[in-house]
Amino acid sequence: MFEPVVATLITSMARTVTGARSLWLGCAPVPVQRIYFANHSSHGDFVLLWASLPQNLRKFTRPVAGSDYWNTSALRRYIINRVFNGVLIDRERKDPVDNPLQPMLNALEGGDSLIIFPEGTRNLEDGLLPFKSGLYHLAKSYPQAELVPVWIANLNRVMPKGRVLPLPLLCTTSFGAPLQLEEGEDKAAFLARTRDALLALAPEHS
Amino acid sequence: MDSQTLMLFGGIGAILVLASLIGLILKLRTRGSPNAVIDNLNARINAWWVMVVVIGIAFWLGTGAVILLFYAVSFYALREFLTLTPTRRSDYPALVAAFYLALPLQYLLIYSDWYGLFSIFIPVYVFLLLPILASLGGDSTHFLERASKVQWGLMIAVFCVSFVPALLTLDIPGYEGRNLLLIAYLVIVVQLSDVLQYVCGKLFGKRKIAPNLSPSKTVEGFVGGILLSSLIGAALWWTTPFNPWQSFLIALLINLLGFAGGIVMSAIKRDRGVKDWGHMIEGHGGMLDRLDSVCFAAPIFFHLVRYWWT
Repeated sequence: MFEPVVATLITSMARTVTGARSLWLGCAPVPVQRIYFANHSSHGDFVLLWASLPQNLRKFTRPVAGSDYWNTSALRRYIINRVFNGVLIDRERKDPVDNPLQPMLNALEGGDSLIIFPEGTRNLEDGLLPFKSGLYHLAKSYPQAELVPVWIANLNRVMPKGRVLPLPLLCTTSFGAPLQLEEGEDKAAFLARTRDALLALAPEHS
Repeated sequence: MDSQTLMLFGGIGAILVLASLIGLILKLRTRGSPNAVIDNLNARINAWWVMVVVIGIAFWLGTGAVILLFYAVSFYALREFLTLTPTRRSDYPALVAAFYLALPLQYLLIYSDWYGLFSIFIPVYVFLLLPILASLGGDSTHFLERASKVQWGLMIAVFCVSFVPALLTLDIPGYEGRNLLLIAYLVIVVQLSDVLQYVCGKLFGKRKIAPNLSPSKTVEGFVGGILLSSLIGAALWWTTPFNPWQSFLIALLINLLGFAGGIVMSAIKRDRGVKDWGHMIEGHGGMLDRLDSVCFAAPIFFHLVRYWWT
């Protein structure tokens, strides 16, 4: 029953600290099923992206997060499961028979939108790491969802890795034009194209 | 509030009513077709209403509220500055010190009226502390550049801005209890100079004065704006410890400094590839876009008054 309060608390804090400016450059904030894919440089990334969405989109937009990080304490489990309604995936993939994408596909089939970070891990340098293949498999198995690139600027400076106290620097989230897997496009070409689309949203000075 | 402060705010209110009327008439004359210049003018006028009301409330609450207001102004300015000047991961301790140590301490020193320390705290102590903190990360890449950026941000956004409320600490014989008016004088003259440069530039502007640094500034705007606002400064002598011709010369000096501040800050923006420092003030851009001239005028104004009138 406290989840909406906690959610409001966390998102208003994220917005106050970062100024959270959203730029809808390539699409509008409308309730259609989407896979938002973003650059990943801080644990706060999905919080800021989620906070940048209007209230009515937040309700059915779920962040995808690694269970190895979020299952380690009761507080983390509460936040990711109850507050953000996250989709937890097993990045280590202990059991090779399991399809690691299944939880995401289940969420998509349930009508939800997803927030994913196709670099697979936090990038501590500038630019983008090569994409993991998950985005390609999602686009192939569930072509109905729009793939929206989202560049999160500056959050790595607000909360650098291993630091507790956030710096009140301004962050911008830029939403690009939706993409789709094209007829006959192979994995490498698709991953390169989506990565370029995301990089194109990065401001020059970052 | 005393009668002089009320008269000042009454005068500003009257000018804003006039400005809003002109904006409305211009808007009606476009007959609904969008005109970027007129829409921006109206956004600017509306933002002025908000800024004047906020400053008015702080004046009404008294000196503590005015110091807090400029603390907030410094915070927003510093945030815009450091957002646009990239630093590296090992600058984190220096940035923490900037936001959570230097900024509050500077305003605390002003609140406690400690001239001997607030006038050298950032230029000496923080100047030495920041590169020490930056060196802890063991990262030599662009070291001087990075250390300078944080120092520069603190100097402009915190040190220089804090000299506006620092005017409250001056003991001017025969001017006791009226120091808030000195703040009003500084802010009104410098901001009017910006406004009048913009108006004169839009009406008569032909020759660009610094095309590479600040493409919107013109010679006609510069001369007309600074002359007019310096005359207004002279006419406001009754709010200050100055006589009319002193008031004219001081207004002229702070307007020239303000103009130079606009050019300098614009050069930084253009180098970073942006038009505005931020987006918090509709029509104006960021806090620093509105404040650049005050940053350059305030410390010199403070020291002039301190040297000759206290």
